[in-house]
Amino acid sequence: MFEKIKTDWFFNIKGDVLAGIVVALALIPEAIAFSIIAGVDPMVGLYASFTMAVIIAFAGGRPGMISAATGAMALVMAPLIRDHGIEYLFAATILTGVIQILFGVFKIAKLMRFIPRAVMIGFVNSLAILIFMAQVPHFIGINNMTYVFVAITLLIVYVVPRFFKAIPAPLIAIVALTSVALYSNADLRTVGDLGAITQSLPTFLIPTVPFNFETLAIIFPYAIALAIVGLLESLLTASIVDDMTDTSSNKNREARGQGIANVVTGFFGGMAGCAMIGQSVINVKSGGRSRLSTLVAGVFLMFLIIVLGELVVQIPMPVLVGIMIMVSIGTFDWSSFSYLRKAPKTDALVMLVTVAIVVATHDLSKGVIAGVILSAIFFVAKISTMKVLKQEEDNQITFQVEGQLFFASVDAFVDAFDISVEKKNIVIDFTTAHVWDDSAVGAIDKVVMKYRENHNQVTIKNLNAASKKLVDQLAVFNDPKASTH
Amino acid sequence: MIQKLLHIKHNDGVVKVYKKILVAIDGSLHSYRAAAEAVKIASLDKASNVELLYIADFSKAKKEVLHAQGKAELEQVRRGRIQPAEDLMKENLIDYEVKILHGDPGPTIVDYANKEKFDLVVIGSRGLNGLQEMVLGSVSHKVVKRVNCPVLNKIITRIGELYSYSFLDHSTRDVGWSFPF
Repeated sequence: MFEKIKTDWFFNIKGDVLAGIVVALALIPEAIAFSIIAGVDPMVGLYASFTMAVIIAFAGGRPGMISAATGAMALVMAPLIRDHGIEYLFAATILTGVIQILFGVFKIAKLMRFIPRAVMIGFVNSLAILIFMAQVPHFIGINNMTYVFVAITLLIVYVVPRFFKAIPAPLIAIVALTSVALYSNADLRTVGDLGAITQSLPTFLIPTVPFNFETLAIIFPYAIALAIVGLLESLLTASIVDDMTDTSSNKNREARGQGIANVVTGFFGGMAGCAMIGQSVINVKSGGRSRLSTLVAGVFLMFLIIVLGELVVQIPMPVLVGIMIMVSIGTFDWSSFSYLRKAPKTDALVMLVTVAIVVATHDLSKGVIAGVILSAIFFVAKISTMKVLKQEEDNQITFQVEGQLFFASVDAFVDAFDISVEKKNIVIDFTTAHVWDDSAVGAIDKVVMKYRENHNQVTIKNLNAASKKLVDQLAVFNDPKASTH
Repeated sequence: MIQKLLHIKHNDGVVKVYKKILVAIDGSLHSYRAAAEAVKIASLDKASNVELLYIADFSKAKKEVLHAQGKAELEQVRRGRIQPAEDLMKENLIDYEVKILHGDPGPTIVDYANKEKFDLVVIGSRGLNGLQEMVLGSVSHKVVKRVNCPVLNKIITRIGELYSYSFLDHSTRDVGWSFPF
């Protein structure tokens, strides 16, 4: 067992500790900003990031991945908090965790592969757009100083990393600009205007909500949406970390881990969280590989809050806005534009519809579900295109059937044959086709028997093994007693 | 005294041949030309072999994973980028190997080249000027600076050289006109 601990935790101590510290530093502004998006006290996001990271370090399935409070989850939960208050959020978070544990136990993570890439791209893009839109009320139409600070933040965040990589640029921006704001007494909104920072560890509390069916009815839809969005982003992030580290991970274990972490987070006054693409990439780039890096990130984050909490309330809002704009730009998939040009039109449409529905409803889960359904419809339509090629030679007509023959394509199949011909030799060749169900066999029956009624000779050939089995089992055209109806 | 300083000691067994040649491939026209230069050198001696090194860039990981439908397709896409250089090796009967590493291109190439003690590194250059390099970065610059063996970097591509090859991912990498900017 100790060997296992060594291989899971301590094979890369220096890299992991350094990466964890870098992540914690970069995580503070994000956790605060996401709390503001959700409409909660900054402490809620910070507590959540602490509990998520620490629990996932032990229970997660993808070492090196960072889970915390995220923008995607914040966006989903915002209406719940606005309409019912924070206690309902804690209850929903716990329920989200339970649902995610069940998903993991029932190995639903495998279903992820059915989510088409167009929907995933749409998800990521719409997330970026929503994060940007959430910043607008915090910097548009306030005062000129706000615009200036946002611009300087963006400048720092994009230029400094070219020259100095040791400390995350967002942190440099915060420290520098908070100091400037304090000394110059600039007229800027601060984090403190939006909430208080308590410098203490989170405490266990049971959400003060009535334990009845009405509460369940309120939180259940949100919990499902949070579970889906959380797992979607976490499994995508896990795939990215898998690729970067050239290792594989147990997606179902990750789902269970996310669930456990959310349950704990809900009981300790945090908002539901999930894995973060941006921070996980930063972690791996900074040398983090094992569970230790995630743990260090969470613990160091809490340490910073306890030590520096007082200063956090002074951070000017425009600085956080600038950082969130950077996050939004980094989240957006800029190669989507060439994707739209090169991908099949149906895929491009699915992606656009996903984005449109998310932005219109402000709900990531609705967009994903709509995208998946639309994609499924397109898939059935595509796969039900039947092609029947006709070749006529003397008295023989050969039909080459191409495509998948099942309930959705039987009409196209039947219409391809002109059964009014008489006394011909008909050959129907199924080499490039596959027969899937009883409707398909029924359609073949109908065609064959109608031809025979008109005194044509019909031969069916080259059915593949599976098709032949079905036809032998169900067809009546080779039964001398049958007739068409 | 000066004569003593100028007396250069040769190692025993001076190596006269570039035995292990590392070529950095990223699927671009420039890396294909680099592979062509490596062929010129490797074909001088039967003992030479070439290693085609493709770096799966950390910065591109998110985009590539998002756009690939699954791990298998992603590997296929990457293999497709290396394919043209591989074909070039096969056509010229050069002994070669393919290696894929994940990381930040510059440091990863340097660490690998130094660790495996290659005799020569061949890496194409996009021919960017100073300002462009500052904005866009230069992998070849870092490699030239830090690798412990000779580096072939200045690979001229003539105006109007046309390369056309198709990749396994069904997208035809069309005409690559090259200009020496």
